[in-house]
Amino acid sequence: MVIKVKDLPEEEYILPGTRMCSGCGLQIAYRWALKALGPNTIVCNPASCSTVTGGVGGYTPIKVPVMYNCFETVAAHASGVSAALAAKKKDKEIVVVAWAGDGGTYDIGIQGLSGAAERRSNFIYVCYNNQAYMNTGIQRSSATPFGAKTTTTPIIGKAQVNKNMFKIMRAHGLSYIATCATGYPQDLFEKFKKAREFNGKGVRYIEILSSCPPGWGHKVNESVEVTKKAVESGYWPLMEVIEGKLVISNPSKKYIDKSKRKDVRKYLKMQSRFKHFTEDDFKVWEEYIDDLWKELGWELEKQGDL
Amino acid sequence: MVKKIVITGNHAAAYACKSAGVEVVAAYPITPQSPVVEKISEFVEAGEMTKSNTQFVCVESEQSAISAVIAASATGCRVFTASSANGLAYMFELLCWAAGSRLPVVMCIAMRGLGAPWTVWTDHQDAFSVRDVGFMQQFVESNQEIYDTVLMSYRIAEDPRVYLPAFVSYDGYILSHTMMPVQIEDDDKVSKFLPTLKPHTDLTNMGTRPGLNPVTPPDLTVRPEGNTPGYYEFRYSMQKAHENAFEVIEEAARDFAKIFGRSYGNGIYKAYKADDAEILIFAVASVASESRGVVDRLREEGLKIGLISLKLFRPFPVKYLREAFSKANLVVVFDRDIGYGYEGILAYEIKAALYPSENRPIIRGFIVGLGGRDITPEDLIGGVKKAVSEKDDRNVQLATHTDFIGLKLDQLGFKKGGN
Repeated sequence: MVIKVKDLPEEEYILPGTRMCSGCGLQIAYRWALKALGPNTIVCNPASCSTVTGGVGGYTPIKVPVMYNCFETVAAHASGVSAALAAKKKDKEIVVVAWAGDGGTYDIGIQGLSGAAERRSNFIYVCYNNQAYMNTGIQRSSATPFGAKTTTTPIIGKAQVNKNMFKIMRAHGLSYIATCATGYPQDLFEKFKKAREFNGKGVRYIEILSSCPPGWGHKVNESVEVTKKAVESGYWPLMEVIEGKLVISNPSKKYIDKSKRKDVRKYLKMQSRFKHFTEDDFKVWEEYIDDLWKELGWELEKQGDL
Repeated sequence: MVKKIVITGNHAAAYACKSAGVEVVAAYPITPQSPVVEKISEFVEAGEMTKSNTQFVCVESEQSAISAVIAASATGCRVFTASSANGLAYMFELLCWAAGSRLPVVMCIAMRGLGAPWTVWTDHQDAFSVRDVGFMQQFVESNQEIYDTVLMSYRIAEDPRVYLPAFVSYDGYILSHTMMPVQIEDDDKVSKFLPTLKPHTDLTNMGTRPGLNPVTPPDLTVRPEGNTPGYYEFRYSMQKAHENAFEVIEEAARDFAKIFGRSYGNGIYKAYKADDAEILIFAVASVASESRGVVDRLREEGLKIGLISLKLFRPFPVKYLREAFSKANLVVVFDRDIGYGYEGILAYEIKAALYPSENRPIIRGFIVGLGGRDITPEDLIGGVKKAVSEKDDRNVQLATHTDFIGLKLDQLGFKKGGN
C-alpha cells in the first residue's frame, strides 16, 4: 500500500535555505525520510554533501539533532549514540539514523558499517548513492557505474563495474534492507516507516539512488525523471529484504518481465557522464541489467514468488 | 565497599571505570591494553555495572572505538576507551574530533613503542605522538595512581571550566601487567568526589540542538539571529580551557586527598627530595619511578639530588615547573621517547619552559629505554654522573647531538655514531 500524497505529514524537518545545489536528489531523499521518521530522530552525518546541507556555522535548516563526524566513522558513531540511548533507556522512543554518501559507505566507511551490522548495533543506515564523490568534485567511487566519466576517470570513463553493496549488506543477515530512488518518494517514505518499525533489530540498511545534476550531467529539472528512467530500465530495482526474504517493490514488479523493461539508453543518454558511450558500452549495461534480474529471478523462484 | 586488592594496572583502570559509573565503553584489543576492556566486559556481563546500565560496544577497530565513545559522550553519557601504540595512532583523526567537540572522553594509554619494526614493549612515543590533538595528558607511576587518576580525570574533564578529553598514560607491562595492591573505593565516597555528569551537549534534547560540529567558516558570522564564532574562536576557547584546567586539577587533587587520603603532589607534578636539591631529574611514568631509587643512592654518595616526576604534560605546567626548578643548577632529563630529528620531547619542552627563568639551570637530556629496553638504575646513575661532570663544559652545552643510554651498538659491530 502506497501512501497518498494528501496523507503525508505536513510537518517539515528540513526548512528552506539549505546549501544544496538546485535539483539535488539528496534534498528529496532527506526531506521525505525525515517526514517518515518524525521528530524523535537523531541523525549522524559523516563528511558528504549532506554535511553542506546542514549549513555553515551554528545555524541549520534541519530540525532534528544532527551530529557531524569523520568520513569513515558514521556507523561507529551511530553505534555510540545508540549505545548511549540504551544506557539512558531512551532507545525505544528515539531512532538513530546514519546518513552517508556512497563514498562514506562503499569505500572509506565499509569497515565500520560491516562491524556495526555484525554486532547488531541498533540504527538505520542510509546510503544516498549519487555514484561518486560529489562533494569533493565528482571523483570516482566504488559505487560509480561502468563507463561513467568522473574527474578521476576523465577521458575513457570508469573501467570497472560498481561494487554490489546490496549483496554485501545481505551477507550480514540484517533484519531489513531496501533500495529506493529519488524518483519514487512515496515508496521511500513507506520504506523508512518500515525501517523505523524494525527499531531494536540491529542495523537496517536503506540505499537510495540519488540524482546529482552537476555530477551526472542532467538538467536540474530532471532529477525525478532520471532515477525513474533508472528504475524503468531495470537498472535500479526497488526492492526489500525483510528478515531475509526478497520482495520486489511495486514500481519495479513489472520489470521482472524483461520485455517490460525500457531501453536503458534512455536513462544513459540523459546524462553527460555517459555521452561518450559506444555501442559496446551500452551492451555492458544491458548485460549488467540482465544478470541482475537473472539472479533476482532465481531467488524469487526459489521462494515460490515467481 | 572499600577493599584493597592485588591487581594489574590494566585492571586498576577497569575498576576505576566501574567506580566512576561509566555508561558507555567501546574498545578494540591491542597489546598491552587488552585486559582493560576484557575486565570491563567481564563486569558488564556479570551484571556488576547495572547501576549505570553500562553498555559495552565491541567494535571492529580503534577508529570505531573512539568514534563510538565520542558519539555516546555527545549523547550525554560518561564514556571510556583505551588503546596503545598503533591503535592509538589509528585513532588520531578522532582524537582531534573529541577535543574539538569539547567532549569529556577519558581514555587510558597502556604505552608501547610504535611500529615499525614491531614492538609490544613500552616506551612513551605513542603518548607523546598525540601531544597536539587537544587532550589533557597525564602520566602515572603506580596501579593505585592509575585508578585514582582515572577518577580525577572524569572530574577535571567534566568541569564546565574545562570540558576537554583526557589521557591517562601508563607503561605497558611495567604497570599494565604487573600486580600491585590497589584500594578500590566505596561508590558513595566516589560520588562525593565525582559529581554526576552535566553534559554541555546531549543529542537527546530533541529539537533544541543545532547541528553539532558543522562546517565552520574562518570568520565570525554576523546574522540577525546572533553572531556565530568562526573556527578560530572555537580553537582559541580550547586553549583557554587548557589554561583553566590548572586550577581545576589542583582543586581535584586537594579534594581527592581530603576524601581518600591519597595525593600525587599537587596533581601536576610530584617532587621527591627536591627541596634542597641542586640537581633535579625530570622524567615521567616508569622512568620517574625508576629514578626514585636512583635519587636515594646518589644522595648516599652525597649528591644533592632530587626528582620532579611530571604527572601533567598537557596543559604543560610552565609556571609550576619554573617554580619547581628555581633552585636547581642542573636538570637531567630522561626521555623514553624522542622527537626525531631533534631530541627527547621532555628535554626540549622543559628547555623552552625554563628559558625566561632568572636562574636558568643547565639542562641535559638523555634518551633511554625505547621499545622496552631495560632501564637499570646504573643507566640512570651513569647519565646523572655524565651530566654532572660535563655540566660546565661549554662544548657539551653547545652540542647538538642526542645522547642515548643503554645502546648495544658495539655488540652488533656498529661503529660509534654509525648506522
